Amino acid sequence: MRIHIRGGRVIDPATGRDAVADVYTAEGKIAEEFGKPDRVIDAKGLVVAPGFIDLAARLREPGFEYKATLESELDAALAGGVTSLACPPDTDPPLDEPGLVDMLRRRAKALSRARVYPIGALTLKLQGEALTEMGQLTDAGCVAFSQGNVPISDTQVLWRALQYAATFGYRVWLRAEDAALAKGGVAHDGEMATRLGLPGIPGFAETVALGTLIELVRATGARVHVCRLSTASAVELMRRAKAEKLPLTCDVAIHHLHLSDMDLGYFDSQCRLEPPLRSQRDRDALSRAAADGVIDCLVSDHTPVDEDGKHLPFAEAEPGATGLELLLPLALKWGEAHKLALAPTLARITTEPARILGVEAGRIAFGAPADLAIFDPRAPFQVSAQTLKSQGKNTPFLGYELSGRVRFTLVAGNVVHEG
Amino acid sequence: MQRNPQLNPSGELQHLLSIEGLPRAVLLQILDTAESFVGVTEREVKKVPLLRGKSVFNLFFEPSTRTRTTFEIAAKRLSADVINLNIAVSSATKGESLLDTVANLSAMQADIFVVRHASSGAPFLIARHVKPHEHVVNAGDGRHAHPTQGLLDLFTIRHYKKSFGELTVAIVGDILHSRVARSLIHGLTTLGVPEVRVIAPQTLLPAGVEALGVRVFHDMLAGLRGADVIVMLRLQNERMRGALLPSAQEFFKHYGLTEEKLSVAHRDAIVMHPGPMNRGVEIDSTVADGPHSVILPQVTFGIAVRMAVMSIVAGN
Repeated sequence: MRIHIRGGRVIDPATGRDAVADVYTAEGKIAEEFGKPDRVIDAKGLVVAPGFIDLAARLREPGFEYKATLESELDAALAGGVTSLACPPDTDPPLDEPGLVDMLRRRAKALSRARVYPIGALTLKLQGEALTEMGQLTDAGCVAFSQGNVPISDTQVLWRALQYAATFGYRVWLRAEDAALAKGGVAHDGEMATRLGLPGIPGFAETVALGTLIELVRATGARVHVCRLSTASAVELMRRAKAEKLPLTCDVAIHHLHLSDMDLGYFDSQCRLEPPLRSQRDRDALSRAAADGVIDCLVSDHTPVDEDGKHLPFAEAEPGATGLELLLPLALKWGEAHKLALAPTLARITTEPARILGVEAGRIAFGAPADLAIFDPRAPFQVSAQTLKSQGKNTPFLGYELSGRVRFTLVAGNVVHEG
Repeated sequence: MQRNPQLNPSGELQHLLSIEGLPRAVLLQILDTAESFVGVTEREVKKVPLLRGKSVFNLFFEPSTRTRTTFEIAAKRLSADVINLNIAVSSATKGESLLDTVANLSAMQADIFVVRHASSGAPFLIARHVKPHEHVVNAGDGRHAHPTQGLLDLFTIRHYKKSFGELTVAIVGDILHSRVARSLIHGLTTLGVPEVRVIAPQTLLPAGVEALGVRVFHDMLAGLRGADVIVMLRLQNERMRGALLPSAQEFFKHYGLTEEKLSVAHRDAIVMHPGPMNRGVEIDSTVADGPHSVILPQVTFGIAVRMAVMSIVAGN
C-alpha cells in the first residue's frame, strides 16, 4: 500500500519540525515523494504525527478475558492513535515464561493492529522471590522486566534482580511503593482519606521505595524505568538522581496530571487507582515535572475493569481506569495548561517513550516505520460509555468534554483506524 | 463536585449517610424532633403511628447487637414493620453482591434501609442505586461515619449543656479507626462548638486530622483541662497490642479516664461513651458509674434520635 497524506500539519517531535507538508508511505515505511499512490488521505486541517507509544497498557490477556480482550483493547488503542504499547506482566498467569510471551505476541501479530511489546515478569509469579529466565524471555520478545503493581518486599531479591539484569543489559521497569507502608491502603493518606475514613497510603511509601531503588541503581548500574510517579517528593528524588546521570527514567499516568484525591468526592470508585490520586500539590508538581523533562513520558496506565469490579464500596472496588483513548486528549489538555507547543507535548507520548522502549518508531523520517496518528486537536467530544471502544468503560473522566479526535491511524503503512 | 447525595433537590434529608455536609438547620430539625419523641418513650403506650404500614429493613453486613436493637425499637415505636437481616452470615457468604442483595430486598417493598457495613462508603453506593421513594440510613460504615451515634451524642450534649456556643469538647482514644469520632466532630463544628479537641497518641490519629477543625493533644491532662464534655472512645481488642499500642495497661496509664484525670476538667463536665465500654482500658469504673457519667441516658436518647431520623427521611 502506497499512501500519500496530503496537506496536513506535520509534527515530528524528534526534530521539532512543525510545518504543513505531505507525507508518503510505502512498504510500511515513511518514503520519499512518489507519484501514483494507492490512496490519498486529505489531512487538511489535521495534525500528522508519529503514532503514540504507550508504556503501560493492560490488555488483560491471558486470564482476564471477561474484562477485556486483545481485540477490544487493540481497537481502543488504534482509536486513540496508539500504535505501539507495552503491556505489564500482571496477567493470569503472569508473563513469567517464554511460551506465554510467545503466544501473546503471536495473538497480537495475527490481529495486525497496534504493535504489542510484552514486559516480562521480573520474578516468578511476581512473587518477589525467584528470578525469571530473563534471557529466554528476551528471546521470546520481552522488551523489559517488571513487577506490574506487585512490589518486591524483599530488598535482597530486588538487589539481586537488578544485578542480574544489569549483567546482561536488560531493562527493569518498576513502580516505587514500599509494600509494608502501602499495605491495606486504598487512598492517599491525607485529609480526604481521613474525612472518608479510608485506609491511607502515605506519600512516603513512594519515596522510601524510590530512595532504595536509586541506591540499588547506583550500586548495580541497572537501567531502571520508574513507573507512574505520584508524589512531589518522588519528583525531587528523580531530579537529583538524573542530575547525577544515573541510568534512570520515569513516567506518570495521565490521570495523575489532572486529578487529585479531592476527586474522590463521595467515594467515586472510578477514582480508585494505583498509585492513589494524591494531593493537589503533588498533582501540580507532577504536571510541572512532565513539562520540564524530569518525567520522561506520559502513559495511559490503561486498565479495563468491568462494571461489577467498580460497583463496590470504594475500598473493595478494583483499581484502575481505561485510558488508551484518552491518552491524546489528556496529553493535549496538559500541554495546553503549560502553554507548550504541540511538538514538545507530543514528544511525551512519541519520541520519549520510543527511546525508553528502544524502538525505531516515534518519529517521522524517511525509512522510519509508517506508524502515524492523524488527528484533529480541536475536535471536541464527550467521554462516555458509548464513545469508548475499550471494553472497560471505567474512567473518572466519564462526562468530561475533551478535545482531540484521531481521524486516521496507520501502523506499518496500513490504515487501521478511520474515525 | 456532585450534589450532596443525602439531600433531595429541595435540600431536605432524603438519606442520612453522614453528618458532614448537612446544614445546621437539618441537624437542629433532627434534634428538635427527637426532643418531641423523648416524651413518647416515657409514656405507658410507647407508640406513635408515623410509619404505620412502612417497612424498615435492618441490613447488617457487620455484626452488631446494640445499634441494631435500638434501630429496631425506634422503628417499632413509630409503628413500622421491622425486618432484621444479618447479612454477615447469609447472602454475602454465598457470593451475592451488595447491590444484588439490595435490589432483591427492594423488590420486597422496602421503605427504609438501615445499613451497617465494614467498608467506608457502602451506604453511599446503596443510596445511589435505590428507588426514589426508598431511604437509606447509615448505621455505621467502616471508619467513615456513624451519623445517628453522632446525633445522639449531640442530643445528649444539648440536653445537659443547653447550648453549643461556648463549649470545650474533648474526644479521647482511637480516633484513627473511629466512625463515631468523625461523625461527632462534623456535628460539633457545624453547630458552632468553638473548641473541639482530640486526645490520642500519634498512632491512633489519622493524617491531617486538624483539617476537620480539631485541636490535637497527646497529653491527656492538657487536653482535658477545662473541658465541658469528655467523650471516651472504645478501644477495639485487636488494637490493644501490636504496632499501634503496646498494651491495654499502658493505654490506660496514658489515656484511661480516672477520677484524678477528670478533676482537671470543668467541675460540671459530663462524661460520654458510645459503648460498649472496656472498663479499666479506656475508662475507670468509678468514673463510668460516677456522677459525671451520662452514658446510660445516651442510650435512651439514642432511640428518640433514631425515631426522629426515620420519621424525617420517610416524610421527605
